[in-house]
Amino acid sequence: MKNKEPIILAVVVFFSLVTYYLVEPYAHHVLHKHVESENFAYNDLPQMSKTGDAARGKDLVMGAGACIGCHSIDVEGITASMEPHAAAAAYGVNPPDLSNSGVVYNAKFLADLIKNPTHALKVEHAYDAEKGQMHPMVPFYGAGGDIEQEVADMVSYLQSIAVAKEDLTPKMAYENACGRCHAVGYENWTLMGTQPSFKHKKDELAYQIKVIEYEDSLKAYMGKLPPDLSMYIRSRSETFLRTFIENPQNHMEGTAMPRTGVTADTADKIIEHLKDAGDPKREEREEIGMYVMIYVIIFAIFAILWKKQVWRDLH
Amino acid sequence: MANFKKATGVKDWLDQRLAIVKVGKVMGSEYWIPKNINFLWAMGMILAITFGILLISGIFLLMYYQPGVDTAFNSVNYTIMQEVDFGWLWRHVHGVAASVVFLIIYIHMFTGIYYGSYKKGREMIWISGMLLFIAFSAEAFTGYMLPWGQMSYWAGMVITNLFSFGSLHADGFVEWIRGDYVPAQAFLTRFFMLHVLLLPLVCIGLIALHFAALRIPHVNNQDGEELDFDVEAKKYLDGDKAGSKVIRFANDFMSKDMMVVGIFLVFFFYLVFWNYSFAMDPVNFDPADGLKTPAHIYPEWYFLWSYEILRPFSVDLGLILFAFAQLVFFLLPFMDRSPNAIAANRRGAPFMIWFWLMLSNMIVLTAMGKLPPEGIYSTIGYWSAILFVVQWLMLPIMTSFEKKV
Repeated sequence: MKNKEPIILAVVVFFSLVTYYLVEPYAHHVLHKHVESENFAYNDLPQMSKTGDAARGKDLVMGAGACIGCHSIDVEGITASMEPHAAAAAYGVNPPDLSNSGVVYNAKFLADLIKNPTHALKVEHAYDAEKGQMHPMVPFYGAGGDIEQEVADMVSYLQSIAVAKEDLTPKMAYENACGRCHAVGYENWTLMGTQPSFKHKKDELAYQIKVIEYEDSLKAYMGKLPPDLSMYIRSRSETFLRTFIENPQNHMEGTAMPRTGVTADTADKIIEHLKDAGDPKREEREEIGMYVMIYVIIFAIFAILWKKQVWRDLH
Repeated sequence: MANFKKATGVKDWLDQRLAIVKVGKVMGSEYWIPKNINFLWAMGMILAITFGILLISGIFLLMYYQPGVDTAFNSVNYTIMQEVDFGWLWRHVHGVAASVVFLIIYIHMFTGIYYGSYKKGREMIWISGMLLFIAFSAEAFTGYMLPWGQMSYWAGMVITNLFSFGSLHADGFVEWIRGDYVPAQAFLTRFFMLHVLLLPLVCIGLIALHFAALRIPHVNNQDGEELDFDVEAKKYLDGDKAGSKVIRFANDFMSKDMMVVGIFLVFFFYLVFWNYSFAMDPVNFDPADGLKTPAHIYPEWYFLWSYEILRPFSVDLGLILFAFAQLVFFLLPFMDRSPNAIAANRRGAPFMIWFWLMLSNMIVLTAMGKLPPEGIYSTIGYWSAILFVVQWLMLPIMTSFEKKV
């Protein structure tokens, strides 16, 4: 009798793969909006025409630019005047420390942000000056000279004080660009920062109350509390996260989430941090996977040889 | 009292008390299996092994899982996936095995239909198998509730809502099932109990019944040939192994089983380590939120075909057809009126077409069940569901005209 098993196997594999294709790649292609990455080029923002001077930029940031009225710059010894929850109560969200802004964010984005925050952040739909809805960050209207030159100087200064790109860790990238709105419980990260360990229950509760106060301010500011991102690397695809970070409006028109303005490198690091939070065993999985495969392949070979031996007499 | 002699060794000592030699013959070395079978006959062993994998991985997960609405999600995604050594491995093994077991069940079922293995005394094999299918489905569904993610919550909401029986508005019954107005703590704890105790017991009992049902009618073979097992077994025992049409279960058939199992495990562990997301829906990695309905709610892939029979119609009709789809498979041995208990390709064009159309249509229903119910998908789903029902209604009429081959 002719051996039909190869053709039977082909039929089984064919129908299984068709089902898989329809239920997984095809269905997800239909269910999820496809957003093309803009490669973090920020083509909608104007090119910077001037070359900045860091020394002049420092004077502007510290003086006429009035940045340090709200922002701390830890590397320069300018510390925050308020605790995060109090800052959130004042501004809606805790204004970021500017120490590493120059490396985390795209330069064009920073320049546009200084001049026109709602434009750079793509949240113009949420603020109507006529109705008294002001973005907490006040635009820079110039210090008397050429505003383009002044902005270029400030960006140049921020870049000069930031750590080198290689020294920006995934955790730093996340904390700077995302961490003031999104907690990561699995990394012990709250909106107030990394949660310290407390000796006394009283201190812990006092801290938690501050976190809740921060969350309430942020909720009022954003319309809802931005989600904890602990498991986002599993609940969203990497492509989704990248294109969402790049421009949230492309995925959800009208969302309150601002454009983050990060560089491509920062985006990679943010995703790396989310992997550390939600999928920290990924390398172990690959490694163990190889060992298990080697084991089962050897098992399968022995099983095939055993079958051949047993069936030698049966044919 | 039986007469016990001084044992000659451990084996003899046990044999006098447990009849292990006889048991070994009955269960293994003289449990006769037809020789004329292909690898599809090893699906039963794969299912048994996969059930074992599910049981063992489940026991490990049970040591750290916490069935509380505030703790369940983190106990799975943080404690098990991150803190416990190899917790992630057990979880991926459990999740992938739960999905793959249904692929094998479907292959096993369609093999049974193709070769007519539900006819001529094999009705109870089919019926006990269908009971197992229902028990496994319930086991899979209750297990899906436990991580308490968004899909757990909302699938739990949607499926328990079915028990209001449409226009009957049996809302009290739904509340009774849930133990609350909405899925909450009482719901989670009882589904936990069902998943880790009651349903596994039912599954194990039904597996025993399924095996027992196989005893008297024996395993079918590729050509549906009726064998005289006593004659063939004697031929084998007399040394004519090549001429006999039967083989021992152990080790003859088992060696083939293990060969197929070995190849299956390579495929299975590939999925566990590198392609697991089909079995672990991304949406379920968002914690349950009763105030936020996911954009798309769909069941796991193995329930999609029956979900799609429910979905295109009005509530009452949908529920009736859904119930029909679940129950009609049980009736297959009685709805197939044909005198032939042979492979579909030898039963003539009508049944052959019926079989391949049923298989293809169920794949179409599966695909439409996941796709959003809009436009062309909605139309295809509607007609596929109707085709499914019509095919089953046609079966008794069609097969009663079938000539004995």
